[in-house]
Amino acid sequence: MTALSMNAEAMTGSFTDAPVQAAHGFRAVLRALSQPGEIVTLSGATPPAPMSPAAGVVALVLLDGTTPVHLAGAHDCPALRDWITFQTGAPLVAAEAAMFAIGTWQALTPVTRFAIGTPEYPDRAATLIVESDHLTAEGTTLRGPGIDGSAQLSLPETGAFRANRALFPLGFDTLFCCGDQLAGLPRSTIVEGR
Amino acid sequence: MSDYNFAYLDEQTKRMIRRAILKGVAVPGYQVPFASREMPMPYGWGTGGVQVTAACLTPDDTLKVIDQGADDTTNAVSIRKFFERTAGVATSTHTAEATIIQTRHRIPEAALSDGQILVYQVPIPEPLRFLEPRETETRRMHALEDYGLMHVKLYEDIARNGAIATSYAYPVKVEGRYIMDPSPIPKFDNPKLSNTPALQLFGAGREQRIYAIPPFTQIVSLDFEDYPFEASKAPHACDLCADDTTYLDEVITDDHGGRMFVCSDTDHCETRRDAGYRGRLAPQEDAA
Repeated sequence: MTALSMNAEAMTGSFTDAPVQAAHGFRAVLRALSQPGEIVTLSGATPPAPMSPAAGVVALVLLDGTTPVHLAGAHDCPALRDWITFQTGAPLVAAEAAMFAIGTWQALTPVTRFAIGTPEYPDRAATLIVESDHLTAEGTTLRGPGIDGSAQLSLPETGAFRANRALFPLGFDTLFCCGDQLAGLPRSTIVEGR
Repeated sequence: MSDYNFAYLDEQTKRMIRRAILKGVAVPGYQVPFASREMPMPYGWGTGGVQVTAACLTPDDTLKVIDQGADDTTNAVSIRKFFERTAGVATSTHTAEATIIQTRHRIPEAALSDGQILVYQVPIPEPLRFLEPRETETRRMHALEDYGLMHVKLYEDIARNGAIATSYAYPVKVEGRYIMDPSPIPKFDNPKLSNTPALQLFGAGREQRIYAIPPFTQIVSLDFEDYPFEASKAPHACDLCADDTTYLDEVITDDHGGRMFVCSDTDHCETRRDAGYRGRLAPQEDAA
């Protein structure tokens, strides 16, 4: 049994009522991704450090055995590897093969490593789950689908997201997590500034 | 209700559908393939919409289901009952009270608001399918943004009929990129697709595709400068509520050519009648 070698922590911190908590979690993520700049609050997961509760909810809602995951930097630790494996069954892979990647922006850089989809199948692109120290609705100006005029969001940088938008309809999609808060930045969003 | 997982589908299936919905939101108008499940209703009865609704529902939601605008037709009633039984959610016929509205072939007359989700049932998601039967080819046409064939089709409409004769499932362009089939809504509803505060999700069960229009997304109905798009409707007022701005159904009332026009959106029509509006054929209240 693989569980024998696992940290007991791996078996805790999941949903207590999965169908309902996952439904609430998904709706919050859906709102965040369909209305960039809007910050939503997630609850129900307590993953091991350094993963945030918000990223934990995203993992429980979206990951399973069919979604290869890349853990970047400090997130690639035994406690988190065990937790992801036990709770979701997602295979842990290198950045290039990942459907989901979890880590700080610094650890995920260079983000050009990640899958951006193909012209025929732009959906086969990675989703980056970026752990952030702060997340506020101010800073870089965003425009595009989901945004009534313009919105603001604190981004770690603008260059990578502008380059990503230039690839549209290809490109990765991003979820920023900070504590129990989450904001979305789909590839369709136009990021202003330099 | 305890006989089913919440909202009928198993969690593994919901995760797969939820991932497809998120990718659809990220690439507005692009049809995301998904592993559509057998549902306890036949294909063509909204299995795609039902799966999208099941993946989105929470116990706090209020669900409204319409079939060509009506809350009281077979398809709408059976899907509403399905979710009452398998998800235990509240249901309503009032557009403003609903948080999720599953629809077959109409957009409600009342303006949608922030936080609402409109789920469309889609029979054929591929707008180019009747022009090019091969999936490999239509996929490449979308990839290359090669949409000339669609304009040829609309041009041939004009050449044959003097106007663009397409009256439903009228093709649109999403944010200047993908051409999308808005499902067989009347073209009267097309302007309502654009720049709405509600999220619009499209599910095609048999064809295994999900696509999305996020709120505040620019949707343009295809046309030509000299033949601009026109959101047409029957040139009448509703015979029950007297509204002359809504999409109307024609109802044959006898075999002597008698007919009446009534709002296709039953909730809108009832709300107007409750407010005292009376159409040409509305039952008059007793003076006593």
